[in-house]
Amino acid sequence: MVDPENKTPENKVSPPERQYPDPKKKIVEEPPTTGHVWDGIEEYDNPMPRWWLWTFYITIVWAIIYMILYPAWPLVTKATSGILGYSSRAEVANEIADFEARNEVWFQRLNETEIAALRDDDELERFAVQAGGAVFAAQCSQCHGTGGAGVQAAGYPNLLDDDWLWGGTLEDIHLTVAHGIRNETDPQARFSQMPAFGRDGLLDVDEVDAVVEYVLSLSGQSHDEALAEPGGEIFQMQCAACHGADGAGDHALGAPALNNQVWLYGGDRASIRESIWYSRAGVMPAFDGRLREAEIRAVSVYVHQLGGGE
Amino acid sequence: MWDFVKLAALAAITLFAAIATNFARDEAYLVHAIIVMLTAGGLFLWQLRRVGEPATVHDPGVYMDDVVRAGVIATAFWGVVGFLVGVVIAFQMAWPELNFTWAQGYLNFGRLRPLHTSAVIFAFGGNALIATSFYVVQRTSAARLWGGNLAWFVFWGYQFFIVLAATGYLLGATQSKEYAEPEWYADWWLVVVWLAYLAVFMGTLIKRREKHIYVANWFYLSFIITVAMLHVVNNVSIPVSIWGSKSVILWAGVQDAMVQWWYGHNAVGFFLTAGFLGMMYYFIPKQAERPVYSYKLSIIHFWALIFLYIWAGPHHLHYTALPDWAQTLGMTFSVMLWMPSWGGMINGLMTLSGAWDKLRTDPIIRMMVVAVGFYGMATFEGPMMSIKTVNALSHYTDWTIGHVHSGALGWNGMITFGALYFLVPRLWQRERLYSLRLVSWHFWLATIGIVLYAAAMWVTGIMEGLMWREVDSQGFLVNSFADTVSAKFPMYVVRGLGGVLFLLGAIIMCYNLWKTVTSVGARQPSAAPVAAQ
Repeated sequence: MVDPENKTPENKVSPPERQYPDPKKKIVEEPPTTGHVWDGIEEYDNPMPRWWLWTFYITIVWAIIYMILYPAWPLVTKATSGILGYSSRAEVANEIADFEARNEVWFQRLNETEIAALRDDDELERFAVQAGGAVFAAQCSQCHGTGGAGVQAAGYPNLLDDDWLWGGTLEDIHLTVAHGIRNETDPQARFSQMPAFGRDGLLDVDEVDAVVEYVLSLSGQSHDEALAEPGGEIFQMQCAACHGADGAGDHALGAPALNNQVWLYGGDRASIRESIWYSRAGVMPAFDGRLREAEIRAVSVYVHQLGGGE
Repeated sequence: MWDFVKLAALAAITLFAAIATNFARDEAYLVHAIIVMLTAGGLFLWQLRRVGEPATVHDPGVYMDDVVRAGVIATAFWGVVGFLVGVVIAFQMAWPELNFTWAQGYLNFGRLRPLHTSAVIFAFGGNALIATSFYVVQRTSAARLWGGNLAWFVFWGYQFFIVLAATGYLLGATQSKEYAEPEWYADWWLVVVWLAYLAVFMGTLIKRREKHIYVANWFYLSFIITVAMLHVVNNVSIPVSIWGSKSVILWAGVQDAMVQWWYGHNAVGFFLTAGFLGMMYYFIPKQAERPVYSYKLSIIHFWALIFLYIWAGPHHLHYTALPDWAQTLGMTFSVMLWMPSWGGMINGLMTLSGAWDKLRTDPIIRMMVVAVGFYGMATFEGPMMSIKTVNALSHYTDWTIGHVHSGALGWNGMITFGALYFLVPRLWQRERLYSLRLVSWHFWLATIGIVLYAAAMWVTGIMEGLMWREVDSQGFLVNSFADTVSAKFPMYVVRGLGGVLFLLGAIIMCYNLWKTVTSVGARQPSAAPVAAQ
């Protein structure tokens, strides 16, 4: 091979005859191997790629700098704290403090405003809907759905319509959210209990069937006229105390209206029969103590403005 | 004499297991006691019938390949099982109705998920590692496996561990530690098997007839030793009763979390990286018929890799109760790990320089190259995700799942497939593979499957990370958790489809390997005499 850079007299050739190494040939040239052979496998004695080595060095230098700046090495009683004095707990605390500072005035206004008047101030309402939406997403959507539509026929009420079990005014909603329904943790929880008319033998099979037909008639569904008549008499004696003589329900007792098309556990014959036979009742936890008062107020506003607030 | 010791031991185990079935406090323990009783009893009878028969003579001049053949079959079998369960749980995520009511407590997602992870990592990956390490250490040491039938004990003992683990998951016996779910007696059994594995491997290395130990064996050895240490430390637990499966881990709180992820990360580091690099260092130069690119690089990246990997576990616990200093170390060591990991990729890819044309004609080489490519991608992605600011977005999201699978399907899966295609014709003395066309089909199905899987998880992972952290102008959360779940649905379906393609490829491979063994002409007997170089 002729080295064009080699300037020794013996190798000097005149410019036209100068020979350059053939680039193709160079690739074929084998680097030296280490001389080891295992099952036919050899190893080249190539150096480590420079870019690889230097990138490795750079990551090491970077790591050392990072360890000097941030908490890194455990010592006898505590770890090195790093020049920057960083702490992830302090970082979280700062973010929370920032959040509090930004919203403090608003929370205060929520707390100081009459509950019934929370939607009177446009600015305050906008804030309440924003804050309440976040509370709803985190605390309520598991049962009532992310959009508030509930789970039909599973007993998670739809909050978008204007049919309320325990009342749909801001105060009613606030009370429900704060203390919950039929839970065992809050003595002020809303409470009512429908008897299991069939299971507990308050009515016999025929009587229950009759009441079912009457209830179907209340919401204008097709029903057996002959059964509905005696059913109506039983209804007035057994059911009207809570559900009302006309089946309009009673917010004070959480008794659902039966004279419309909105059903909590389904409005077909079989579902109504099961509700009367076994009785059904939903439970909701109390949020008083879990959420701050301003958040309860905010989520009450949010639910109120979903569509059906009274 | 030795026969009678074995008989006595087997009889004692059978008797103890029979008593245990009577006192069993839970279903999993009961089923396991029955399995142990039947297995030990069956072995007792088998051993009894062989008393007095002359012991089989092992010819030290011939490689011990029947145990490797068994390992190849087990690898293919558990691979298909693991991929199938993976596909099932992927679709359970997309359509929760597939958690059938009638199968609650056995086949719901929570029970099947550890079955999937253990089946692919420990059953498929573990068998691949044991089989290939036995093959490689013999060839590169020019010596038959040490310990006679001990290698068979390792193989069957390991299968027995897999059966205990898998049935335990379905019956609800779990330590609730990711990748370390098996309960105490399965753990103890694995320690016995693993020490036997170490003995066979070390014994073979010690009696090697080559002057130097080949690089693949350094990686295999580091994997065997480290996994033994990790397994023991992470599973130190006290059984509630010797008649029940439940045990209580000795570590508590954040220390338990740290030990768990020290284990968990190094299961990835030593099981799925170091061990499989051992495979790469043998099968790529063999299949390419080229020398390894750089001896120096292999030394430096080996020591750097095993030194740095063991520190990286805390990056699984960023922004938790783990102290900041430990998080810093986990992150910085992960970043320093980037280049040592890439050393293996460079050595693998550069070994092919001068043989790149083979990519056109040899689908097995193509598989190995793609494996190394995915290895490089995953080992870049890992250090990146360990950086705290990136981790703040990626942690707990499907991005992590995508990362793991681009490594597991792309790197571990593909290099194992390549090794199986290499091994089967040689182990069964066949002239060639049944069909290279089918290998090509496998290659493309698997590659497209991985791309669908990983891309779907990247998209959905980053999306849910962004949705979780989204706050409005006042600092209130915008999305509910259920919003993020429903937003992920289309990507979950794509992920499942990717899994189906990958599974299809593996089934094609099994067919191809089966036909290779059964209907390809035999190779002229060059049947593996030990040839010391």
